[in-house]
Amino acid sequence: MSAPPLLEIRNLTVEFATRRGTVQAVKSIDISVAKGETVAIVGESGSGKSVTSYAVVRILDRAGSVANGSISFSGIDLVTASESQMRDLRGREISMIFQNPRAALNPIRKVGRQIEDVLLQHVQATRATAKEKAIEALAQVKIANPQERYDAYPFELSGGMCQRVVIALAIACQPQLLIADEPTTGLDVTTQKAVMDLIVELTRARGMSTILITHDLGLAAAYCDKVVVMEKGKVVETAAAGQIFTAPQHAYTRRLMQATPRIGMTLADLLPAVPSAGAPEMKSPAAAKADVSSTPLLSIEGLVKEYARPQASKLWSKLTGSSEAAKPAFRAVDGISFTVARGETLGLVGESGCGKSTTSMMVTRLIDPTGGSIMFDGVDIGAIPAKAFAASPMRRRIQMVFQDPTDSLNPRFTAERAIADPIMRMGGGLGRDALRARCEELARLVGLPVDLIDRFPHQLSGGQKARVGIARAIALDPDLVILDEPTAALDVSVQAVVLNLLEELKHRLGMSYLFVSHDLNVVRLLCDRVIVMRTGRIVEEGTAEEVLGSPKADYTKELLTAIPHPPGVAA
Amino acid sequence: MLAQIGKRFLTVIPSLIGVIIVTFLLTRVLPGDTASYFAGPAATPQAIAEIRTKLGLDKPLPVQFADYVAALVKGDLGQSLTTGQAVTKDIAARLPASAELTLAGLFLAMSIALPLGVMAAVRQGSWIDHLCRIIATAGVSLPVFFTGLLLVYVFYFILGWTPAPLGRLDVFYSEPARVTGFLLIDSLIAGEFETFRAAFAQLILPAVTLAIFSLAPITRMTRASMLAVLGADFVRTARASGLDSSTIIGTYAFRNAMLPVVTTLGMVFSFLLGANVLVEKVFAWPGIGSYAVEALIASDYAPIQGFVLTMAILYVLLNLMIDILYGVIDPRVRLEG
Repeated sequence: MSAPPLLEIRNLTVEFATRRGTVQAVKSIDISVAKGETVAIVGESGSGKSVTSYAVVRILDRAGSVANGSISFSGIDLVTASESQMRDLRGREISMIFQNPRAALNPIRKVGRQIEDVLLQHVQATRATAKEKAIEALAQVKIANPQERYDAYPFELSGGMCQRVVIALAIACQPQLLIADEPTTGLDVTTQKAVMDLIVELTRARGMSTILITHDLGLAAAYCDKVVVMEKGKVVETAAAGQIFTAPQHAYTRRLMQATPRIGMTLADLLPAVPSAGAPEMKSPAAAKADVSSTPLLSIEGLVKEYARPQASKLWSKLTGSSEAAKPAFRAVDGISFTVARGETLGLVGESGCGKSTTSMMVTRLIDPTGGSIMFDGVDIGAIPAKAFAASPMRRRIQMVFQDPTDSLNPRFTAERAIADPIMRMGGGLGRDALRARCEELARLVGLPVDLIDRFPHQLSGGQKARVGIARAIALDPDLVILDEPTAALDVSVQAVVLNLLEELKHRLGMSYLFVSHDLNVVRLLCDRVIVMRTGRIVEEGTAEEVLGSPKADYTKELLTAIPHPPGVAA
Repeated sequence: MLAQIGKRFLTVIPSLIGVIIVTFLLTRVLPGDTASYFAGPAATPQAIAEIRTKLGLDKPLPVQFADYVAALVKGDLGQSLTTGQAVTKDIAARLPASAELTLAGLFLAMSIALPLGVMAAVRQGSWIDHLCRIIATAGVSLPVFFTGLLLVYVFYFILGWTPAPLGRLDVFYSEPARVTGFLLIDSLIAGEFETFRAAFAQLILPAVTLAIFSLAPITRMTRASMLAVLGADFVRTARASGLDSSTIIGTYAFRNAMLPVVTTLGMVFSFLLGANVLVEKVFAWPGIGSYAVEALIASDYAPIQGFVLTMAILYVLLNLMIDILYGVIDPRVRLEG
């Protein structure tokens, strides 16, 4: 540790000018990164972790500025460096990888050309050698057929592939420091593992230093040497990865650890200890009595959804005389059968494109199935056309909580109006006062302070918006609620609270859940039974313990091993 | 690509049929009697009836329509009663005049508006952003005939820099051999540079008038679209990779920002082509807009129908061109269709 660190952040304060005056996003933080070291910056949204990295590369937006402190990178002060000096450093010495790889690439420029742009900018290649070097860079991030991929546009590549291209872009000029800002958020677990392994392999081989910015403690633990925990713009703890998980010093770190779902814990364990008197009685999901004996609430038999592949219109092919062989339709859901008992939570697990969302959309009757039956409480609702289902009396008994609490609320509706919406449409004629009273009751039920229900979505926090979404779903006392990744967009501490709320509501109101998720740790906590889907088919089915504890299908095993786990934690 | 263009043409046919029917009916519904208009105020009812029979206006509407369509198929748009010429001939003579003026105005507007819009977005809130707003607001709030008259007053009457606003070419010059109908191009083809200069001098003021009017939509759209793209993730990636600002703004941001701008350009163009009647009047420009208005006042059916049909076809072609341009700019568009 005698060698000077590659990057030394000292006493850094970053301010943003807002309409309500200046706000300090980062408050006097110190972080150092040694040569070859991998450092994780962990924190929840608003902790200032991304702002710190933008300050290092000096790509803060117009309103942001470094108010105080120094950032020194191998002897150069990045705060006072000239813009042209910074331009030379960016991409050549310090590179960044971003969240949402598809948006991070220019949508209308070939990926190979985008790599060339960086190579040419930093004089790492000439016009003559640029293409060759760009293909080489693509090959290094293990993209199959790099010659062909050179000509691909981002929209032609999968999310994982796009992230590989972004990595290729970042390391094309052999930088010394790589900053990865939530590089795998939004990617499937197996893709996440592949991308993280690639980053680690490439940086190790080149002796690069890495800063990994993430909200996922498991990820930080699995891949980093040192962990920096940030909360509200301050660094609260810095320690070696092994140490921070076995012996977290700061209360916030402990809280964060506790809220992260892990094997061998119950939902209640996620929450900070509370006096048991006021807390609702929590049961572990397995113990929760699901009424399996009687007829199931939802029974799905041989469900199929086909989508026609796009082809030239018949009129045109007739006119030109070309006879294209009709392509077989794409089967998004390929003959699946399952049941949901009354009071049961069924987890529907799988990676993107496995058909889990299509399934949930068919169950809510937003789209028509191609084949099979959907029996809901003895009625084949699959036979009711999707357009007519809104008027069906069954409609109010099936409700949905959506993935993104912000996007699924009308920005011009107050929380009360959002909660009242299903009641006004299907709940019969409630008077204005009765409606208000019902909304307040629902708000109390989901733990939303009643004085907040006149606010608009942008005036609420993520967790509060999630509660509004849940209140809206339970407003009509449904029998079945479909939860489509309801916590995917939330911070872990908020997720912990929301998951507990869902569990409590289920028992109190006697609902069944169909829980759609890709997060196996969450599924383990909340679900009685689990179905694992892949390419439209069910690969494994059983109780949560069976499937996630001793998986039989190879695919389930693959999913489970791809999850990064924090090292042995005392719960 | 060719298949796509062909497909687009097929989808156009129903709308053209619709245009033909609607314009035919509209002209019939309009108040005013063609026959009595042309017979003159002193004509006897008998003379009017004679003219009516001659024009075929006494036949029932479906028969009139069938006659019209039959002629249309042969490429005959009928005779204009005001000019006494075949409508096709009139339009062929006047359309290039309008097109040349509109295109000149649009290019002028683009060459100012695009850089201005880009600059305003890049330096948001700076003096250039405010300048952009002022120019755009002023341009669009002044009526074109007013701007036109003002320009004529200053540059012809006071300064004497430009020739008299009397049409496309000074009477002392003869028109160059007709190839495209665009005087600037035809004179260059014929190698008559004096004519080119004269035609250009005539064109400049009306073109500027149109340009001032169309600055606003193009500037505003360019600025808004650039602002959206500059805030996009991929521009951040480009900045974080150390690309210089000319590459970021030109190659990365501007090309992405072009799509809505191209749409706006198409709309402005088609709007100007039909709507620059006032400019044509002020500058005595023998364009298609003034032709149509004169025909309308005279209840002269054939030219109106011909005008609307021509505009519809032009509009379709323009949209097709924009679609193709979309495909060139954005690879994602090519897949659909």
